[in-house]
Amino acid sequence: MSDLLLAALFHENLALTSFLGICTFLAVSQRFETALGLGLAIIVVQTMTVPINNLIYNGFLLDGAWAWLGLPEVDLSYLKLIAFIGTIAAMVQILEMFLDRYTPAFYRALGIFLPLITVNCAVLGGSLFMVERQYSFLESIVYGFGSGAGWALAIVAFAAIRERLKYSDIPAGLQGLGSAFLVTGLMSLGFTAFARIEP
Amino acid sequence: MASSWNRLVSPLIANNPVTLQILGICSALAVTTSLQTALVMSAALTCVLVMSSAVISLIRNHIPNVIRLIVQIVVIASLVVVIDEVLKAFVYEISRQLSIFVGLIVTNCLVLGRAEAFAMHNPVWPSILDGLGNGLGYSLVLIVVGIVRELLGQGSLLGITVLTPTSEGGWFEPIGLMQLAPSGFFVIAILIWAIRSVRVEQTEVPDFALTQTEAHR
Repeated sequence: MSDLLLAALFHENLALTSFLGICTFLAVSQRFETALGLGLAIIVVQTMTVPINNLIYNGFLLDGAWAWLGLPEVDLSYLKLIAFIGTIAAMVQILEMFLDRYTPAFYRALGIFLPLITVNCAVLGGSLFMVERQYSFLESIVYGFGSGAGWALAIVAFAAIRERLKYSDIPAGLQGLGSAFLVTGLMSLGFTAFARIEP
Repeated sequence: MASSWNRLVSPLIANNPVTLQILGICSALAVTTSLQTALVMSAALTCVLVMSSAVISLIRNHIPNVIRLIVQIVVIASLVVVIDEVLKAFVYEISRQLSIFVGLIVTNCLVLGRAEAFAMHNPVWPSILDGLGNGLGYSLVLIVVGIVRELLGQGSLLGITVLTPTSEGGWFEPIGLMQLAPSGFFVIAILIWAIRSVRVEQTEVPDFALTQTEAHR
């Protein structure tokens, strides 16, 4: 379990080694505070959606999941994309209403990022990796939290670097997007080096 | 006719989705370790983009504004399921290498972005051209990055050896880093730099410029 958590946090980091959610990663990292808010939202959503999608996949979509109804040859696994994106959209919507009702302050801080998360490929990617690597329910909780926290760690660190980057003297063609890619590449190098950690 | 031509050609370099609009970068980085996967991914994404633009543009007047995102995602997801099944049926090996990235076309911001920004407000034919143009612009970047990474990382193109590596008695030392994640970022950064050096108007204005005295110190 702990090696799964460490892997998801560092050397299999969704943003830096699987390139998931890079669009949001580059777009919402201009300021440290917003990056932190988005990172927190991702952790919450990812920790909930991966285990739920795990239950849905194993309970309804897997080959032979309907055997108890006398339909052993039904294989709905091709529907996983639509089922997962539906779950994610629904979870985000529920989370939004829940936060609005019970923690209005938190909602105001996080609210604008929640719709962004539905179309963040890190969230859908996490669920698809869960299917591909055949995680159990318990593993999917750990993986969901670990990958969400890893993504948050990456964007927060990146936003902090980027705030300083504004003051540096960069060649005109690399200004903005180009230098952002270079920095992400260097961070990716650093995170890959964590692969040597033995838990 | 000139405007349709323009709509098709402008996303290639002048308004490229990856290097300028920052759309669809995730898959552009992940599938470019070899030219073959890059080609298949480009074809898959262009198909989905053209079809989703057409469908969403067709039904654009019937989508209630409040739930338009959900409708768009469902349309795109259904198209991706079709493409995914087609790839599994005809090119199973490549489909395995692409792993989850075909599925991730669903949340590819390029597809959703063009649907939201263009297809929702325009008739069918311009939407198809816009989808095709953006798909080709995306493909162009993927193919260039795929060529660079496969050539320098393995010394081959489409699996055919071009530069004989030293392990087989040639002179070329494959650069292992090119096959790893970080090089994807570096190659795209250099590509952006190259494009912006030629097309200076794409350069972003820095937030803070050096003052004259500091610059000459």
